Amino acid sequence: MLQTRNLTRRFAGLTAVGGVDLDVAAGEIFGVIGPNGAGKTTFFNLLSGVFPCTAGEILFKGQPIHRLPPHRIARLGIGRTFQIVRPFGDLSVIENVLAGLGARFCTGVLPALGSHHRKRHRDAARALLARTALAPYEAEIARNLPLGLLRRLEIARALGLQPDLLLLDESFSGLSHKEAASLVELVRELRRDGMTILLIEHNMQITMQLCDRLAVLDRGEKIAEGTPEEIRRNKRVIEAYLGQEAHA
Amino acid sequence: MLDAYTITILSLMGIWSIVALGLNVITGYAGQFNLGIGVYMGTGAYTTAMLTTAAGFSFWEALPLAVAAAALMGFITGLPALRVREDSLAVLTIGMVFVFESLLVYLPYFGGPLGIGRIARVSFGGDAVGKEGYLLIILAALALTIAATLYLKRAWIGLAWESVRENELATSVIGIHPARFKLYAFTIGAAFAGLGGVLYAHFTRYVTPYDFGFLPSIYVLAMVVLGGLGTIRGAVFGACFLTLLPELFRFVQDYRNLIYGMALVLLMLYEPRGLLGDGSFVWRHAKAAATRLRALLWHGRQYAANP
Repeated sequence: MLQTRNLTRRFAGLTAVGGVDLDVAAGEIFGVIGPNGAGKTTFFNLLSGVFPCTAGEILFKGQPIHRLPPHRIARLGIGRTFQIVRPFGDLSVIENVLAGLGARFCTGVLPALGSHHRKRHRDAARALLARTALAPYEAEIARNLPLGLLRRLEIARALGLQPDLLLLDESFSGLSHKEAASLVELVRELRRDGMTILLIEHNMQITMQLCDRLAVLDRGEKIAEGTPEEIRRNKRVIEAYLGQEAHA
Repeated sequence: MLDAYTITILSLMGIWSIVALGLNVITGYAGQFNLGIGVYMGTGAYTTAMLTTAAGFSFWEALPLAVAAAALMGFITGLPALRVREDSLAVLTIGMVFVFESLLVYLPYFGGPLGIGRIARVSFGGDAVGKEGYLLIILAALALTIAATLYLKRAWIGLAWESVRENELATSVIGIHPARFKLYAFTIGAAFAGLGGVLYAHFTRYVTPYDFGFLPSIYVLAMVVLGGLGTIRGAVFGACFLTLLPELFRFVQDYRNLIYGMALVLLMLYEPRGLLGDGSFVWRHAKAAATRLRALLWHGRQYAANP
């Protein structure tokens, strides 16, 4: 589904991501973990085209995407959320999701001039809201929602693309226990429907229970990869990241 | 019916409302600063002025060409504007309006600083249209512009503009190309401003480069912001209000600009969203009053049905 080869990004001398090779298979829930500043978010920004990479390549469904702008990558089927949520604050919840459907319904000038108030568009948006348990908040202005709902709203908006690959950037952070549990359920459901999910996460408990495989980044480099069980036992990982107590 | 003075004021209100609605598309809907709306208004005005005085076109023949020229100007000026945003974009558009004004003054084709005069009166079905008739044409154009911008806001393009205004990065990762929709906004907004310019040229029947320079551009921005950025009612109200204000204070003569400026300062201090913007004092209360009124009517009807 997704492969990176020697993926590298340097910022004025600092190597944020250095030569990362990754292979994410279709239908996997794949976790990227690592200490703060390990380059996880930069890695996501490279995948979604927010920054161009300095070297290396990214293949999505066998097609090179590392030279494409973000909107083209999105249209190929990669959706994402942001660690610091970026909702369209002045718009209502359903309008946020409708905007996410935009790439599907308004390609080209003439369709863009069509109304988004049609029933079939609203129905499509409502289906996504129902799926992400946001239906009761449909008419709320996004700015007024608490973080837990905003994280789900970003997922609902990204689902509008009908992505094959969904990138979740710390979607669980700042959530209550209950909110996190329902989000775990949602992610599993999405995978059941055939979506591949790549996520960055700090909460080890969630990562270990949710992911099929993990990669560990440290100072921009991949230091380990494997199943949660393998990662838990990996000496380098324990040194770099988990600390002795996690080993015990 | 109406005296000539009232007709003049109403006509100017209508013209500036159309221009303000054009700027509202660019700055209100798509969130792109533009301090040079005069460029597009001037393109429309000068195109019709030249076509009708030098090339023998009628108003109706020149109108679509002038609006198209303004739209093209919007597209062209939109291209460099894609590379910058916010404060740098504001400065860039100021630069554009100065360049535009200078070109009109110094290039030999546009009548120099004196501009173009003797622009024909509009005729309709062979007869010259009087001032009242022209006011009707302006109001029809305004109605059309309001309907069009109202529709645009409900269209996918309007939603994409709002997304771009709110967050460009989030817009691009949902598959919408921000630059493309900014260009649409510049082009469409410029077309409306050009329409206003055409109507202006045939109203004053005399255009100079200074009619479309920096200061008039700023006035239009003031109209849109004062009324409530991003709303149609705000743009129209702001245009009418700022056209009327100097007239209302005619009796203080020398202090007109002072009062004009003070009004802007106070309004922005106490109502930064604009007088009729979403969430402003007036608009909140107007909406609450409407709700109460509806409730009252409803209860009244219920009461009448079974007292």
